[in-house]
Amino acid sequence: MSSVEQGQAVQSAPAYHTNDRHPAPERISGEAPRMQTDNLTVRYGVSTFGIRDVSMPVFDRRITALIGPSGCGKSTFLRALNRMHDLGADIEVSGAAYLDGENIYQPGVDPVVVRRRVGMVFQKPTPFPTKSIYENVCTGLRLAGIRRKSVLDEAVQKALSDAVLWDEVKDRLKSPGGSLSGGQQQRLCIARALAVEPEVLLMDEPTSSLDPNATMRIEQLIQQLKQQVTIVIVTHNMQQAKRVSDYTAFFYVGEMVELAPTPEIFSSPKQPRTAEYLHGTFS
Amino acid sequence: MTLQARYARDRLVEISIILLTLLVVVPLLIIIVYVIMNGFSALNLSFFTEELGSPARAMQGRPAGLMHSIIGTIVIDLVALMMAVPFGIATGIMMSEYHEHPFSPVARLMTSTLNGMPAVLMGLLAYALVVKNTGGFSALAGSVALAFVMVPIIARTTESVLRITPWSLREAGLALGLPRWKVTMSLVLPAARAGVITGILIAFARAAGEAAPLLLTSFGNNYFSIDLTSPMDTLPQRLYSLAISPYRQWHSMGWGGAIILLLFVMITFYVGRVVIRKLEKYTNS
Repeated sequence: MSSVEQGQAVQSAPAYHTNDRHPAPERISGEAPRMQTDNLTVRYGVSTFGIRDVSMPVFDRRITALIGPSGCGKSTFLRALNRMHDLGADIEVSGAAYLDGENIYQPGVDPVVVRRRVGMVFQKPTPFPTKSIYENVCTGLRLAGIRRKSVLDEAVQKALSDAVLWDEVKDRLKSPGGSLSGGQQQRLCIARALAVEPEVLLMDEPTSSLDPNATMRIEQLIQQLKQQVTIVIVTHNMQQAKRVSDYTAFFYVGEMVELAPTPEIFSSPKQPRTAEYLHGTFS
Repeated sequence: MTLQARYARDRLVEISIILLTLLVVVPLLIIIVYVIMNGFSALNLSFFTEELGSPARAMQGRPAGLMHSIIGTIVIDLVALMMAVPFGIATGIMMSEYHEHPFSPVARLMTSTLNGMPAVLMGLLAYALVVKNTGGFSALAGSVALAFVMVPIIARTTESVLRITPWSLREAGLALGLPRWKVTMSLVLPAARAGVITGILIAFARAAGEAAPLLLTSFGNNYFSIDLTSPMDTLPQRLYSLAISPYRQWHSMGWGGAIILLLFVMITFYVGRVVIRKLEKYTNS
């Protein structure tokens, strides 16, 4: 990283696209990447590409939004960042994804360990149906070997507070997770993911099944969380990407077309395909 | 087609469904009524407190009963259940959660084969495995035979209920950094518990009604025994013995035993229903 590049301002940074075989992420903003993919490719079966040669950084404690039409590979990319493809039959991942400089696809890396560092929140809220609100949040902690009730109580309260859910559930921690409303369930899932203190949080359209009010709360929450964790969020909603994210990456037919600071990509996209998509020429 | 004709057709389908259902229910009702009519007179206090003893005992009007068969059925079936549940659930998990494992299709083939196998063969199998090797008929051999009846049923139902638990539940657990076994044991299996328990009950009820596997294993016993290593009596096999006996008093006791066996199965299902409803109440509330 040269001193000139390091000093470059966010606004004037050049955009990234997949033709950059050796991206130097520092150039974009002078920020350090938490994760970095290198020609990451996911194939379904022999010939169908989920994503193809995606190389992009994920900046530390920033919110990166992934946008693009349905089937463009943004969720596939997201799930490749914590090895969620491992259990899928006929799914092949090649290339590399670095977390703090270490390739998570390297032989000998335990996907379970990766997933503890890179958490995930899904499109549909997925509270564990047979567990109480308290137990939902505790699950990951117990796994980490924490047994002391006082420690667990404190961690549960912190995670639920961080997810702005504590005040609504503090009197009913023993109720089943499924008894909450949709928006509350999603915040419970976020609390559950936060409890294990992940370094990166992947969110796959976390508000698409929620009403506008619940969506707003989640968006505010995402903004606050950025202090602690690096966030990658897939969204169908252009406005949402604009509202919440620092960086936006545009995906199209399995390729990452362009990555740039959010204000920039929406005002002056470098790639024609990005501009066409944003202006609604295709969807 | 006119609206009138469509209504008529709708009616027709409805009536056929009702008629066909009645055809299924009626024979069952006839059996129940017939069993109660014939067996009710045999039910008295000594029926539940005495053992059968020799034929002379019943013929001379001395108190005789099937207490030993009732207890034997409960003992042998529960021991069989304890043996079958871990194997059945483990096989079900193998077939559902580890379906990519090369052993999985083998397990599926084995359970289907076992499921379709005549129960008397389970008795022969247990005879070869246990009776031959221990040198005599025993309650334990009977339990092994019944466990062979139960395992494929438990495995198949466990597999199918695990398969209908949403994939998203597994992903949520994995994303939290839970290892696969933990996802299966602490998330997927509990979420499917009502179905798994139903499978266990079906297996239990089915095995409780089997006489054939027990003829060559637990053998039967006219006297009370609680020793797992010696022959023990069970209701289904006792019904068979009483029915083919030449004594009228024993025939009537057999009908009485049939009532108890029916009640046994019905109570099993009723208790199971209550438990399942309790579990589902928590999950859905």
